[in-house]
Amino acid sequence: MAQSILGSSPVFKAECPKSSASTSTISGSKLKYSGIEQSQLGFLNSSKSNLALRLKASREGVGLIQETKVDTPNLIKKSKDGTDSFTEMKQRFLRFKKEKYLENLECYQELAEAQAPKFLVISCADSRVCPSYILGFQPGEAFVVRNIANLVPPFENGPCETNAALEFSVNALEVQNILVTGHSCCGGIRALMSMEDEENSSSFIKNWVTVGKSARSRTKATTSNLSFDQQCKHCEKESINHSLLNLLTYPWVEERVAKGLLSLHGGYYNFVDCTYEKWTLDYKRTNGNQEKGGYIIKNREFWQ
Amino acid sequence: MSEYSNKEADTDDEHMCLNTRNEKEQEDTSHNSLENITSLQVTEPPPPPFDPIKRMKEGFNYFKVNEFNKNPSYYRKLAEKPEPKFLIFACSDSRVCPATILNLRPGEAFMTLNIANMVPAFNQLRYCEVGAVIRYVVLTYKVEAIVVIGHTRCGGIERLMSIPSGQTKPRDFVDDWVTIGQPAKAKVLAKNPKATGEELRTLVEKESVMNSLGNLLSYPYVKAGVTSKKLKLIGGYYDFVRGNFDILGSKS
Repeated sequence: MAQSILGSSPVFKAECPKSSASTSTISGSKLKYSGIEQSQLGFLNSSKSNLALRLKASREGVGLIQETKVDTPNLIKKSKDGTDSFTEMKQRFLRFKKEKYLENLECYQELAEAQAPKFLVISCADSRVCPSYILGFQPGEAFVVRNIANLVPPFENGPCETNAALEFSVNALEVQNILVTGHSCCGGIRALMSMEDEENSSSFIKNWVTVGKSARSRTKATTSNLSFDQQCKHCEKESINHSLLNLLTYPWVEERVAKGLLSLHGGYYNFVDCTYEKWTLDYKRTNGNQEKGGYIIKNREFWQ
Repeated sequence: MSEYSNKEADTDDEHMCLNTRNEKEQEDTSHNSLENITSLQVTEPPPPPFDPIKRMKEGFNYFKVNEFNKNPSYYRKLAEKPEPKFLIFACSDSRVCPATILNLRPGEAFMTLNIANMVPAFNQLRYCEVGAVIRYVVLTYKVEAIVVIGHTRCGGIERLMSIPSGQTKPRDFVDDWVTIGQPAKAKVLAKNPKATGEELRTLVEKESVMNSLGNLLSYPYVKAGVTSKKLKLIGGYYDFVRGNFDILGSKS
């Protein structure tokens, strides 16, 4: 379903296909693409080249919070003599090793040789929105970049942390999907919306979130009648779409999108009511409009 | 009906057409050898193409049903006031997410994931991205520890090692980023002149973690936290080849 939006935006057991294996050598690194196979029973058949670990098998009994517990355990516990220890961290890792790593040893051994993720995920650093948790990405599935407010700066801003990862994942790993995923109550977006227009003072946070200033401008222009909180929510989604447009300013990204090798998706996680909204940038219909800040999205879904 | 749904239906129709066509070929060419007919009968249909949206939806549904809905008071509290104890710097590599290997639940750790889990030294213009995370998290949430986690077979470190000595102009964005680890590379090469290959890379992977811990101290609020013993800096290393996790060192 295509949805025309110009100048405004509101925005474990599966079976996966077997694919043939192929190799490519890029920049001296040998990358191997292997197929993914998942069984109905929730465990991967490790006799094949399986890279994605099933959620049910890998999550049962591991780390799920029991509602009766009120406090989250500290990873750093103080021992009797007052010094910090890493007992809890060690225990958690050993539990991961026993219940996931060793149970899927062949998968992990294949992953150790090479990774072939299908996603690049650009997410916020917020502790509540880890993509591995809320979208269930297992080892090998997603190359993930996390920064304040899941922003993507345009190409002309020059090199930075995010576009280094973008370059590596697109050119070396040849991911097929980029997901920019935002969330509710984002402190970074709130900081962006709180900035004064003529503010001269600089700080790390201001210097960074100003990447989203075009989203802020559009938000203020279209939602001036709404409360500040509502404007922030609007900007959280608007900034995702502007980040998708900024992705197209990278020549190697646009080239692959134009050829149909790479899809750009937006996602929004509301952790208050646990809903997820997702959409895909319609490149063909957006092409030519992005310089004016226009975009068209398609395949919009709301999961609740 | 969305375009996505249409694509699913088309795939099923293609499979049916393929099977029908195969059957017709067997009838028309009755002189085909048994070997050819056998090979036609055992031909497997091509697997359906990877569906990224379906994969995401399954993951989200699993989280909602098995985690969120079963712990409503925890997530309600989290939505209002998170109290993370950790800021973690880890690599963007798809194999090393700290949430998975350390079983970190939502709310426990702010995470910055970048190429080769690097923390640059304080620079408000050049590295505002990382600086924004450090400043925001340390001053807003009063985390108790900053953890930098390196890992085996890191593509970013491999790229760092591939940069010729004396090269002043980065070849691309990745080169520009990984040069943050140049001091670690230089230190390891000076101390281990005979090391090569994976052994050398492992040494640099670990030294780069310590280099990042040192760079953290260039942020005044981090140094203040460490000096007052309210903040601990920890270096870790995940070896996914052998399935080990080591603490490399800490600064407190």
